Amino acid sequence: MVSTKAQKSIFYRLHIDPWLLLGIFSLMTLSLITLYSVSPDWVIPQIIRLVIAISVMIVMAQIPPDVYQRWTPAIFIVCVLLLVAVLVFGHTGKGAQRWLDLGFTRFQPSEIMKLIMPFAVAYYISQYTLPIRINKAFVALIVVMVPTLLIAKQPDLGTSILVASSGMFALFLSGLSWVYIGIALTATLAFVPILWFYLMHDYQRSRVMTLFNPEADPLGAGYHIIQSKIAIGSGGVWGKGWQHGTQSQLEFLPERHTDFIFSVFSEEFGFIGVLLLISIYLFIIGRGLWIANKAQDAFTKLVAGSITLTFFVYIFVNIGMVSGLLPVVGVPLPLISYGGTSIVTLLAGFGVLMSFNTHKRFNSK
Amino acid sequence: MVSKRIRKRDSIRNHSAESALFMRRTLVVFISIIIAIGILITNLYYLQISSFESFQTRSNDNRISVQSVPPNRGLIYDRNGIILAENRPIYSLQVVVKNTKNLDQKVDKLRELLSLTDDEIENFNSRNQYARSYRPVLLRDQLTSEEVALFTVNQHRFKGFSIKANLKRFYPFGDSFTHVLGYIAKINSNDLKRIEEKGDTAKYRGTRFIGKLGIEKYYEEILHGQPGQRQVEVDSWGKVIRVLNFTAPVPGKDIKLNIDIQLQLKAQKLLGDTRGSAIVMDTRTGGILALVSNPSYDPNLFVQGISSKDYNALLNSSDRPLINRATQGRYPPASTIKPQMALLALDTKTITEHTTISDPGWWIVPGSKRRFRDWKVWGHGEVDVNHAIEQSCDTFFYDASYKMGIDRINPFMQLFGFGHYSGLDLGEESKAIMPSREWKRARYNAPWYDGDTISIGIGQGYWTVTPIQLTQATATLARRGEVIAPNILHSIVSQGGTYNPPSEILTPVTLKDDHYWDIALNAMYGVTSKQTGTAHRAFSDTSYTVAGKSGTAQVIDIKEDEEYDAESLKENQRDNAMFVAFAPFESPELVATVILENAGGGSSNAAPIVRELFDEYFDHIKTKDLVSF
Repeated sequence: MVSTKAQKSIFYRLHIDPWLLLGIFSLMTLSLITLYSVSPDWVIPQIIRLVIAISVMIVMAQIPPDVYQRWTPAIFIVCVLLLVAVLVFGHTGKGAQRWLDLGFTRFQPSEIMKLIMPFAVAYYISQYTLPIRINKAFVALIVVMVPTLLIAKQPDLGTSILVASSGMFALFLSGLSWVYIGIALTATLAFVPILWFYLMHDYQRSRVMTLFNPEADPLGAGYHIIQSKIAIGSGGVWGKGWQHGTQSQLEFLPERHTDFIFSVFSEEFGFIGVLLLISIYLFIIGRGLWIANKAQDAFTKLVAGSITLTFFVYIFVNIGMVSGLLPVVGVPLPLISYGGTSIVTLLAGFGVLMSFNTHKRFNSK
Repeated sequence: MVSKRIRKRDSIRNHSAESALFMRRTLVVFISIIIAIGILITNLYYLQISSFESFQTRSNDNRISVQSVPPNRGLIYDRNGIILAENRPIYSLQVVVKNTKNLDQKVDKLRELLSLTDDEIENFNSRNQYARSYRPVLLRDQLTSEEVALFTVNQHRFKGFSIKANLKRFYPFGDSFTHVLGYIAKINSNDLKRIEEKGDTAKYRGTRFIGKLGIEKYYEEILHGQPGQRQVEVDSWGKVIRVLNFTAPVPGKDIKLNIDIQLQLKAQKLLGDTRGSAIVMDTRTGGILALVSNPSYDPNLFVQGISSKDYNALLNSSDRPLINRATQGRYPPASTIKPQMALLALDTKTITEHTTISDPGWWIVPGSKRRFRDWKVWGHGEVDVNHAIEQSCDTFFYDASYKMGIDRINPFMQLFGFGHYSGLDLGEESKAIMPSREWKRARYNAPWYDGDTISIGIGQGYWTVTPIQLTQATATLARRGEVIAPNILHSIVSQGGTYNPPSEILTPVTLKDDHYWDIALNAMYGVTSKQTGTAHRAFSDTSYTVAGKSGTAQVIDIKEDEEYDAESLKENQRDNAMFVAFAPFESPELVATVILENAGGGSSNAAPIVRELFDEYFDHIKTKDLVSF
């Protein structure tokens, strides 16, 4: 990193990346503004969560890359065991088993899996030279698929997609041959009917059906997506103004503070606001990929790249689903949606990026 | 771990190649991300810019709701301006569950203030289950003003509880006007269908009650009014956030009836417990001053919804209170139609003013042995037409009707309104039966016999009439052939003037010689004024002159299987007492019909009631009118 001495003296020593931090703070500001509009009651709890998440990020940034690499296999295996435990002992909430009750707190092992997955794949791949060979890729695929299926079984489609994609990105970045990528894509497409008929739950099927024709059941399954599109569309170029979004203020929008917060934002701030928001995201993604490229070895490169890409998948799936391009799968809008776990996971990821960017590895070059 | 590290060292790592590979892949990824974000932005552009107007409309459709504000129903007055149907505020206690805490506890506390039955609380709880929490739920209906006061003082203790005032139709005179006014009740699916067919759906949006019977039904359009509109902003639960626009409803018009409350109440009182009907009509205008059908019932029962127990009691009562006897009761007219019969006999030259017959007390169809009795067993002796009406000689009319035949009687009687709707402004009316050859063929598939005609001659046999038809026919006599449609509505208060009923064109009865009217009417005058007249005693010492005709209808051995017939009430087979009259004789103002079921002779039972009604009008009401006008 070529930077000024001043930067090095403040941020570098704290292992903080100022550019990432700028993007994160911008998003948090937008989040609080939007949450205040939906309901001021949510602002204070969210600020508390943000403070906790930022603390986690700072802590994560202090941990050197070597430590991450060393601890990866153990954490991954514990995490897989926890996922199994969830299926056996877990708490059911909203029709899905996601929570593990530890007596003093409940948490979702799948959230940790989201974070640890790129580490596990990168850990395995980075033991061999890049580009990855097909037999190694198979092993890596198993590492990806076991937790993915465990999470899908809860069922939590949104998280399993994120977990799977974070693993897949590591594989892709490790230089898997385009031929195999082609074959994998074809196989996936062939897998779709099996998924549809045997593996998906009724409510998941209906969500997908709703995506293609929300107007067929405007008061039932299609209601959420119709109201969301109305909110976004009626925002127009400039939006209805802060606290003036009728769709959100009059409660036509579901899950206004969590999964559908993008619709609230779009309704009140319009297309201009949306462009600003997406620009901030793009800036963070660009910075993440830049850090990945600057990283000094395969492990850190792969982890940093995968974390950044997973961040993008969040954005794409969330915006895609609320604007009617993708089925509603329950993925929050990163750093904007209200909610604790996902923000902590995301900022922990950014903490890792910062760590990679600010620690010199002993065996570099 | 250690072994792996060693193996890793085996293959020689080319770091710059790996970096280049990673860089290429990252580039692919970044370009893909740009494309994906491009897709998102394109879609958002489509939603927010291309389709903006459509989504804006749908957003407004979501939040703006147009509510109908029902109009207040028009009031109904009698001719003196006394209110017969009004809208009274009723108070109910309701709860917005969202705004209250410890609901059950508060309800218990409320029981210390108001009498709340377990039923009411149970109903409240079940209503509450299905209601949304911000919507008021009814807890207690129809609070007394005392209870309202009691609650208001303690209201601060019951957050979320409130008193709501509603207008409710109220008929202050209870059962006295039911068969005139009818009543309103909750709109049901049949009413909805009718409203829809008439294209009035918008007009009735928000209205909960509709005229079901009587004047309330007949003049529904005038009484209902035009609903207003309230444009409101609502949230997704339908809760009103604020009012954007308001158009006030146009209340229904108040109407004034021809009914005179004093005369109506008098008539009801005079009938007492007797089943029957009394009608008093102004012969000059056709305005109905009194119309009573006994027994009656309280229309207020129907306004809030009658219990099935109460309704069944009314429906199954052998006295048939739900039937409007004045317009739907079908009775043999008996001797009350003898004046009309005499007119036809004169007009067809069957008799002259001076024709007499000798009445031995019976009459035999020529060429047969069938004997028809006169009511006077020993006969009337030598009888002319005047005498025959005065003393109600049957034999005279047996002979005359036999000679005239049904084919001449039927069309003539139709001119007086028999067998037709009178044109009265009530929906509930029967045409009764004016029999003919064709009618008997269709009804019984049997030929018409001479004997059938003989019975018709004295208003018996197949012939039935309703009291309103009889009133109209008697008025036609008083008006010397001019037919008038009876009407209840006097005027629409806001428009003033007098209302002209939408009557059918009424063909006048024309005779070859106007003198015939004098013959029949003089004889009717004789009924009340001559010593020998059947109703002489009932009308002695009146301050006015009266022309009338009594009737005593046999009720046995007459079959009727239509909706209502007095005859089916077999528990008492005495004759129906009837009297029709108009007064003053010289320049008629009033016509009255009284029919008492199973009460016996018309002159002795029905005539005194007519007398009292006329006295009431000419000695009390009319003199008061003169003062007030």
